[in-house]
Amino acid sequence: MSFEVDVSITRGSRRIAAGFATGPGITALFGRSGAGKTSVLDMIAGLARPDEGRIAVGGRVLFDAEAGIDLRPEVRGCGYVFQDYRLFPHMSVEGNLRYGWRMAAPDARWIAFEQVVEFLGLGGLLTARPRRLSGGEAQRVAIGRALLSGARFLLMDEPLSSLDADRREEIMRVIERIRDELALPILYVSHDRREVERLAGQIVEMD
Amino acid sequence: MALAPNSISPEEWGIIWLSLKVSAAAMVATLPVGFALAWALARGRFPGRVLLDGLVHLPLVLPPVVTGWMLLIVFGGQGVAGRWLAAMGMPVMFRWTGAALAASVMALPLMVRAIRLSLESVDRRLEAAARTLGASPMRVFVTITLPLALPGVLAGMVLGFARSLGEFGATITFVSNIPGETQTLPLAIYAALQVPGQEGIVTRLALISVGLSLVALVASEVLTRRMGMRAHVL
Repeated sequence: MSFEVDVSITRGSRRIAAGFATGPGITALFGRSGAGKTSVLDMIAGLARPDEGRIAVGGRVLFDAEAGIDLRPEVRGCGYVFQDYRLFPHMSVEGNLRYGWRMAAPDARWIAFEQVVEFLGLGGLLTARPRRLSGGEAQRVAIGRALLSGARFLLMDEPLSSLDADRREEIMRVIERIRDELALPILYVSHDRREVERLAGQIVEMD
Repeated sequence: MALAPNSISPEEWGIIWLSLKVSAAAMVATLPVGFALAWALARGRFPGRVLLDGLVHLPLVLPPVVTGWMLLIVFGGQGVAGRWLAAMGMPVMFRWTGAALAASVMALPLMVRAIRLSLESVDRRLEAAARTLGASPMRVFVTITLPLALPGVLAGMVLGFARSLGEFGATITFVSNIPGETQTLPLAIYAALQVPGQEGIVTRLALISVGLSLVALVASEVLTRRMGMRAHVL
């Protein structure tokens, strides 16, 4: 099992609940906007605390309300690729890429800086500031930063939504390569049916 | 030329130097307190937050003579804090340190405001991203929050410095107007105005005040702009 999730959280007057267990590869979390998909990612990353339930990834329990387990975000080993990239504006691309890498325990670093730069084609961008990047470039940096932090799994929140058609294709290929070559479990949030059908081996519908 | 360096007497240089010393000390002393208060007001959720906000801003609206009188009660010769400071070998009564204390209290609201605005303009989503990348809350503060808020913190310091240079009412009430000890630029101008035939001194000191304050305000504004803060401190 990759992701085992059974949680609920109250957001305002709404209750968001999700329960699923996934196999390896990419699992799509699919549903209309506002269905609470991002809230589910936030709970897995430890950025939001579920009211109740349990979260485990790759057999490691990250949250269990009954057992009183609630790992801090920084030890969950999650590579969160945000919809809005969230690159650090006061650091260069290289500074962003190395940010998580510096803090990861040496034995948690499963991929080298040079490998990531090569894999994502970031060679020419290392000294650039994030605000000078195009959407596709920023998304590749965000993915690289997540990989280098020693992530054991990836959470991707609509990574293609703010890109034009060419860039979507480019990032889609990157994601397929991560799936096929790096074999990381990925939870992929989208509201685009075609995107989901192309990338994901498994689909969880939320409404 | 009223402002040619050789027309400024040694006494006047002494006044300028004292003013800069008092303002610098006030700025340094206010910074940790101001930062802690700004943090609490920007990020804290606790009962009495509105009251704290009000208390911090009180020196901005109170008659300065009231602030000076309160300082006298707390830090004066009979005051609890005053006796404690004197016992610690840091007396403030009729000393330049007392002038710095008065300036510090008067500068606090402006500094807190600037730092608070800069902290509030830091994108919390970036902090969340840093947590998922393995940074502890302390590490997030040092590597993300502080660098992003830094221009605002510097702007707040400069603004506090400028406010201290202009401090008059609380100072003269609290530590009196003693040449060479508590007589900063505004107090010296006031003293010179009391005596006929001192117009030259008044003009020179007033122009110097305008110059110093303008430099400080422009510096603060430049820092604020660099940060792209939506709300300006001025």
